[in-house]
Amino acid sequence: MNTPYPAAGNGRADGRAGGHGVVAEKEFASYYDRPILKPPTWKASNIAGYLYLGGLAGASSVLAAGGELTGRPRLARASRVAAVAGVSLSLAALIEDLGRPERFVNMLRTFKPTSPMSVGTWLLSAYTPLAVAGLASDLTGRCPALGRAAGYGAALLGPAVTTYTAALLSDTAVPAWHEGHRELPFLFAGSAAATAAGFALIATPLAENGPARRAALAGTAVELVAGRLMRRRMGMIADAYELGSAGALMRAAETLAVAGAAGTLLSRRRRALAVASGAALMAASAFVRFGVFAAGVASTEDPRYTVVPQRARASAPPHHPG
Amino acid sequence: MSERTAEAATRLPQVQEETGYADHPPRMGFFTDTSVCIGCKACEVACKEWNQLPADDPLEFTGMSFDNTGQLSASTWRHVAFIEQRKPMRAPTGAGDDGAGDLRLLMASDVCKHCTDAACLDVCPTGSLLRTEFGTVVVQEDVCNGCGYCVSACPYGVLDKRERDGRVWKCTLCYDRLVDDLTPACAKACPTESIQYGPLDELLERAAARVRDLHEDGVTDARLYGHDPADGVRGNGAFFLLLDRPEVYGLPPAPMDTTRDLPSIWRHAAAAALTLAAGVAAAFALERR
Ligand code: SF4
Ligand code: SF4
Repeated sequence: MNTPYPAAGNGRADGRAGGHGVVAEKEFASYYDRPILKPPTWKASNIAGYLYLGGLAGASSVLAAGGELTGRPRLARASRVAAVAGVSLSLAALIEDLGRPERFVNMLRTFKPTSPMSVGTWLLSAYTPLAVAGLASDLTGRCPALGRAAGYGAALLGPAVTTYTAALLSDTAVPAWHEGHRELPFLFAGSAAATAAGFALIATPLAENGPARRAALAGTAVELVAGRLMRRRMGMIADAYELGSAGALMRAAETLAVAGAAGTLLSRRRRALAVASGAALMAASAFVRFGVFAAGVASTEDPRYTVVPQRARASAPPHHPG
Repeated sequence: MSERTAEAATRLPQVQEETGYADHPPRMGFFTDTSVCIGCKACEVACKEWNQLPADDPLEFTGMSFDNTGQLSASTWRHVAFIEQRKPMRAPTGAGDDGAGDLRLLMASDVCKHCTDAACLDVCPTGSLLRTEFGTVVVQEDVCNGCGYCVSACPYGVLDKRERDGRVWKCTLCYDRLVDDLTPACAKACPTESIQYGPLDELLERAAARVRDLHEDGVTDARLYGHDPADGVRGNGAFFLLLDRPEVYGLPPAPMDTTRDLPSIWRHAAAAALTLAAGVAAAFALERR
């Protein structure tokens, strides 16, 4: 008997075809029910806020470029303002969350493709000046050609700004984030489109907000579908998104998103309704980010989310013959 | 399966080469044989002393057997776990043998695994986390900006932030002692050689032999953990002999360095970004004027 890794001594679930629940009952063990993983050190207000504001910024830059190209100056300006406000506050939240904020620049001493946070920092370093230059030129009327070029540059990077944060969360051991790595970027992209469009619905007159209405509807649809798909795909880990405060946030987000989308549909000629719908969509998107954040934290606090899926993997027959 | 393949399967990658060290000592690490641990916590104390680690506050009684430390943390780099079980230590050898009683107290000293594929090191955006010439993983405290990414990346829950300090801390495998050819403080202090330090190749051979002996003695629960280069982190520079499933000790049963999924993660993020761009473009293009 020389195999160093014998089958688990007790309660081996040989008939474990019945999905996670069965495995959970038969196989779950833990050390005094303590978490295996450390909960994120990140503060919800900072990091969920950073996710949300980054999404608002990136998608707004795309809307701004569309407004510019199609002759909708008020849509373009409002979106530029949203982009700059979003990315500034987003960066501020990120820096505030560091244990040593004065060392933020250490992020720029290296570029590491294996670290989504490194990639994201460089991305923001390229995106932010472009967004700021685009807005500054628009507001002051100086260097219009350069300003427009900067705005298009920001629009090219904007989509990446909205979705790299999903990669950042997914590349962790946090079960609710890592197991959602396929759908999370779509959830974030959809909710970013909805929130940027929501802001445009609030800030621009009816005559210019046709594209924002359609972007709001499409974004909401992607957001809702991606969220559902993600939970269906992740087995028992979906509980982290459905129970507790994360569950409450995710449900509130869905309700607000549906209400905001319905209002958007009916708002072609009603300015007040457009404003209310835009606000609902922005709130929905913020709730999504806080919900995803809370689900991640919850999935680190209960060892079941770590043990049960991993046990199912570990109890599969070893790949080398004993 | 021949003896030879069994041994071949238990060699861990010389990860220093992959990092780019041309000339380096053999990969060093820990073999923690929990079957001889007596729960004295000398390792915890020696580690605190040598590394001058502050106390974890608040000090409290947990009610978890003899474990009032609770977990590895920014200021606790060795943690002894205690598990009381109603179970004989070994299988009865025949009629009249009760298998050495019907209670067993499992004790195990946990530590940073110094993974071959270390997620903490992969995700660190400042380059603060570093692979040493010994193949171990250390935090450079003068670089770390306390972003906390490594804390969420570690599949073992090893790293944590020291709140008043703002930076993360973890076991260095006594890098400062290693460069002077000294044994790490915990291994030096361990009175039963439960913690063994040395070149990983040697430790792995010793561990395989120990498992064989224990099995022959009827301790069929003995198994190695973290020794397998085919696992989700390509093996640990600090591996263990356990007497129960890993999760019983608070260890993940099948940990993975999630950077393995990074290509897929980036692909999906890129596809979502393109979807966003195309969707907004369509929202403009569909205008009936
Ligand atoms: S156990 Fe965690 S902290 Fe230690 S090397 Fe592995 S990933 Fe890094
Ligand atoms: S907390 Fe420090 S060591 Fe950890 S990833 Fe951030 S900079 Fe690197």
